[in-house]
Amino acid sequence: MEHIRTPKVEQVKLLDRFSNKSVIGTLHLTATHLIFVESNSTSILHHHIASVEKLSLTTSGCPLLIQCRNFRLVHFVIPRERDCHDIYSSLLRLLRPVSYDELYAFSYNPKQNDQQREEGWQLIDLAAEFERMGVPCDQWQLTDVNREYKVCETYPRDLYVPITASKPIIVGSSKFRSKGRFPVLTYFYQEKKAAVCRCSQPLSGFSARCLEDEHMLQAISKSNHNSRYIYVMDTRPKLNALANRAAGKGYENEDNYSNIRFQFVGIENIHVMRGSLQKLLEVVGTRSLSMTDYLVGLENSGWLRHIKAIMDAAIFLAKAVTVEGASVLVHCSDGWDRTAQVCALGSLLMDPYYRTIKGFMVLIEKDWISFGHKFADRCDQLDPDPKEVSPIFTQFLECVWQLTEQFPQAFEFSEWFLIQIHEHVHSCQFGNFLGNSQRQREVLQLKERTYSLWAHLLSEKQNYLNPVYSPSFAESHPVLEPSTQACHFKFWRNMYHQYDRSMHPRQSILKQVLTFKESNRELEGTVQALKTLWICVLQYHQVSPEASGDVEDEEVFGEEAREDAPASTDGERTVEGSSATENGYGELTGSFGSKNEPAVVTLEFGVARMTC
Amino acid sequence: MEFAELIKTPRVDGVVLHRPFMPTVEGTLCLTGHHLILSSRQDTTEELWLLHANIDSTEKRFVGSLGTIIVKCKDLRVIQLDIPGMEECLNIASSIEALSTLDSVSLMYPFFYRPLFEVIEDGWQSFVPEESFKDLESMTDEWRLSEVNKDFSLCPSYPSLLTVPKDIDDESLCKAASFRHGGRFPVLSYYHKKNAMVMMRAAQPLTGTNGRRCKEDEKLINATLCAGKRGYIIDTRTIAVAQQAKARGGGFEQEANYPQWRRIHKAIERSNVLQDSLIKLVEACNDQSHSMDRWLSKLEASNWQSNVKEILTTACLAAQCIDREGASVLVHGTEGTDSTLQVTSLAQIILDPACRTIRGFEALIEREWLQAGHPFQQRCAQSAYSNGKPRSEAPVFLLFLDCVWQILRQFPCSFQFNENLLIMLFEHAYASQFGTFLGNCVAERGKLQLSQKTVSLWSWVNRPQELERFLNPLYEPNNLVIWPSVAPQSLLLWEGVFLRWNRSTKCLDEAYQEMVHIIEYNKELQNKVNSLRRQLAQLETEDSPLQTP
Repeated sequence: MEHIRTPKVEQVKLLDRFSNKSVIGTLHLTATHLIFVESNSTSILHHHIASVEKLSLTTSGCPLLIQCRNFRLVHFVIPRERDCHDIYSSLLRLLRPVSYDELYAFSYNPKQNDQQREEGWQLIDLAAEFERMGVPCDQWQLTDVNREYKVCETYPRDLYVPITASKPIIVGSSKFRSKGRFPVLTYFYQEKKAAVCRCSQPLSGFSARCLEDEHMLQAISKSNHNSRYIYVMDTRPKLNALANRAAGKGYENEDNYSNIRFQFVGIENIHVMRGSLQKLLEVVGTRSLSMTDYLVGLENSGWLRHIKAIMDAAIFLAKAVTVEGASVLVHCSDGWDRTAQVCALGSLLMDPYYRTIKGFMVLIEKDWISFGHKFADRCDQLDPDPKEVSPIFTQFLECVWQLTEQFPQAFEFSEWFLIQIHEHVHSCQFGNFLGNSQRQREVLQLKERTYSLWAHLLSEKQNYLNPVYSPSFAESHPVLEPSTQACHFKFWRNMYHQYDRSMHPRQSILKQVLTFKESNRELEGTVQALKTLWICVLQYHQVSPEASGDVEDEEVFGEEAREDAPASTDGERTVEGSSATENGYGELTGSFGSKNEPAVVTLEFGVARMTC
Repeated sequence: MEFAELIKTPRVDGVVLHRPFMPTVEGTLCLTGHHLILSSRQDTTEELWLLHANIDSTEKRFVGSLGTIIVKCKDLRVIQLDIPGMEECLNIASSIEALSTLDSVSLMYPFFYRPLFEVIEDGWQSFVPEESFKDLESMTDEWRLSEVNKDFSLCPSYPSLLTVPKDIDDESLCKAASFRHGGRFPVLSYYHKKNAMVMMRAAQPLTGTNGRRCKEDEKLINATLCAGKRGYIIDTRTIAVAQQAKARGGGFEQEANYPQWRRIHKAIERSNVLQDSLIKLVEACNDQSHSMDRWLSKLEASNWQSNVKEILTTACLAAQCIDREGASVLVHGTEGTDSTLQVTSLAQIILDPACRTIRGFEALIEREWLQAGHPFQQRCAQSAYSNGKPRSEAPVFLLFLDCVWQILRQFPCSFQFNENLLIMLFEHAYASQFGTFLGNCVAERGKLQLSQKTVSLWSWVNRPQELERFLNPLYEPNNLVIWPSVAPQSLLLWEGVFLRWNRSTKCLDEAYQEMVHIIEYNKELQNKVNSLRRQLAQLETEDSPLQTP
């Protein structure tokens, strides 16, 4: 690569962030990664690097401080100043890609063929998702008004609107909304026929009104017979909304819209959130931090206050829909940050499907990717404008994490799934989060030129499972009602200190229980195999299972075995069983080592007999 | 005195009980000498049995003739009783008040409690000093068991048997005792088998302003050092506090007189400050109207988490001196009955895997808290809701349990017990049917004849039926020293105690049960596989003649 002047530096020291420990290794610079090799190697994707800083020369060398978007902070000391400068300037160039083509996703190749890649992209189908919700139906229909992205270029092509909303109404309404983002359906609560819709702020200024837009809200209201009114949630603080009026934007005037209940929620804007995270990271990055400074810093950062505000808004939404059966229209300014947070989190509270691995992918694909959350700008993927960067999506993931802490059995996935998604929102390794809108993604031909993250995550699903997940939890708790008392919100250590090993428990309950669960699965197979084998052996000798070891039989097989026994006379089933025996055996050696030598003998013996 | 005199109204019907996150119960309220009982007289609802000793404070309110008593308990629970009739309500309130503040120890419930279970192993005999000395003897012959405090005259708060260096005679011990606060001369707390280093504890030396010294005290602690080795004195107070103590006759070891020792000062708060910290913390936890900022600032202002961090850090330091530096350690604060014990007992949990078993942990509490003379009776007389001016109440033991919980959180597979054991110990230290935590020291317990007149907590806990609840399903014994992280981000608020009553734990409990189920199922399957394999092998040998064609 033309930007790499020094591909390899030896005798580089890596300092631990919180202790005085350090290790010495070799630093390699490749086109995509910065790799540090000692007894185990650390590699950092260039896209993950947020900033590189060269500190002033010390006696032991030249320090290089690298801050990453996944909250990793590495501190190298490079012996020679020139090497340090070379690495520094190469990195500066490498971490500022100037065109999309330079992003890792376009060179990443997981050795899959085109068909596999296509299948990966087909995993998530939003049309099927709306069908799952029961849309289209007698009140909601698919409109083709945005087929060519002509009405709103940051929306997806396929949009769902009330059947009574005609094209002129839609177009009229879109002209009265910021960036043309008119009210559309994002979630349909079938049980009460209540809809969650989203849009951007109206261009109402101090007095402007738009009949089409009023019609549009009326249409949404009328599509739900369960409620006479709809809620309009403006997720901004009232002051922000008022200020917007001066710029010809603003919020709905209750006098002009019939049957709406207007509500401000008070989530701060992207700039406040960016500042808040910065403060939080500064505090928790301090060495030898005292408890007082930590708690005061946590408070001053406002981070948990913002998390709570988002959660409160989502709970308000979920209650309005599930308890009152009212439809809700959510917006903020442009309707792609706070609106996405509240709609997605609210849906997750209402619908257990979104708490599964697949469902969570669908949710992100729907409320974040397709509705145009500006991932490229917010996550600083390309040509950065520092004012556009903001941890909006990170906050959403954290809210979900807070929920997993309160409802440990409600989610199919563990926090590592959330953390992994966060990792890849910034990695630019997969196509899903590239760009700012669907339209842009189509122009970039992402589906043809890159791979889908979802296929990748599903392939290593076992890493992200929550071992205590209970599908039946959804039946007893279809709607989650979390506590929003301040004391129930916690600092997410595994996210913000993911790479600071010294801070984490040395033993993980999660890993331990996952191991047990995996072992249970294997053992179940083994038991099945051994039972089949037992029956085979008995059958060969034409001894009926009931007659043979009846005493032990009782105790070992229990009910199950008695059901199995008659089936063993069926030849085909027995053969089928013996192949399961082989499976069981493989796992057997894995889990028991040398101890099962006798079983091996027995097994071959059994199979041999069966075949002869 | 008869309890009946204090009970003005023994029974009221139509009382409604409100508890957070539980359905309200209407029923009959009964007062007995030791309990407040509310029963709906229906089989389906559980009854409330509350020890009067558990009641920290009460408040009463009236709306018309409906009276309400809010009962705040030492285990931090708050319940509300709606009592019809003003007179009944007043009577009940004043009876509860009187019964929950009885001064005489011998009127406490443990003296009246008769166990409904058969005592298989008498807990009073489970952990005797002679036994632990036997273990020590098997490792080293440097120590002896001294009877110098046989009649508790040398040191009233020490037990009658003490482990001291073999080369120091009783006469020297007497002199050393006169040089230490409350007669608490340096004694052995822990012997680290791995490198033969020891941890001792004592009270502050009485150097006073004129720098008194005591040759015997110096000789005593020097006797624990190997030739040419240095040791560490960990003073749990800041240097400023230690300096101030001089004016009241106390002080610290001067370098000149203890040249082989390096003194380190830490900043563990004194017990009276800790009580205030607990009160503020619990108030913050119970206030549900909080905004996030207010909660965090109140949590910070309570200083509780800071106290946890400081105690844990000091214990880690002591453990580090012993295990990593290979040096012996002497720990003391002022009286040697509070912060000193927190540090020595936590250091043992870090260093000694035996302390992480249930029995080992019980032995640790017996040795380092009960025998060592932590004044439970005084410290646990009141909890977070006490209105009165605190006398000598302080959550010293609760802070210790909190620190253990922090280590348990960080090493969830290294402890044989789970959080329930710690919570149970907290409850029983403050109010119990057992005699274990009554009295302030061994001498007092002897006078009260607790071992004859009351049942030991250990007699109950160690029954297999009870133990089950306290077992950690994830436990895998390991012999390692476990070093916890003391970064503020790693230390959590102990929700199991402080948020216990203001959240619904149903979801968390069910998740825990599911985890237990997964692990038990694993054992079950392993047994099944082994048994099947055995049977097959058997069948094989029986069949082998048939196999030859």
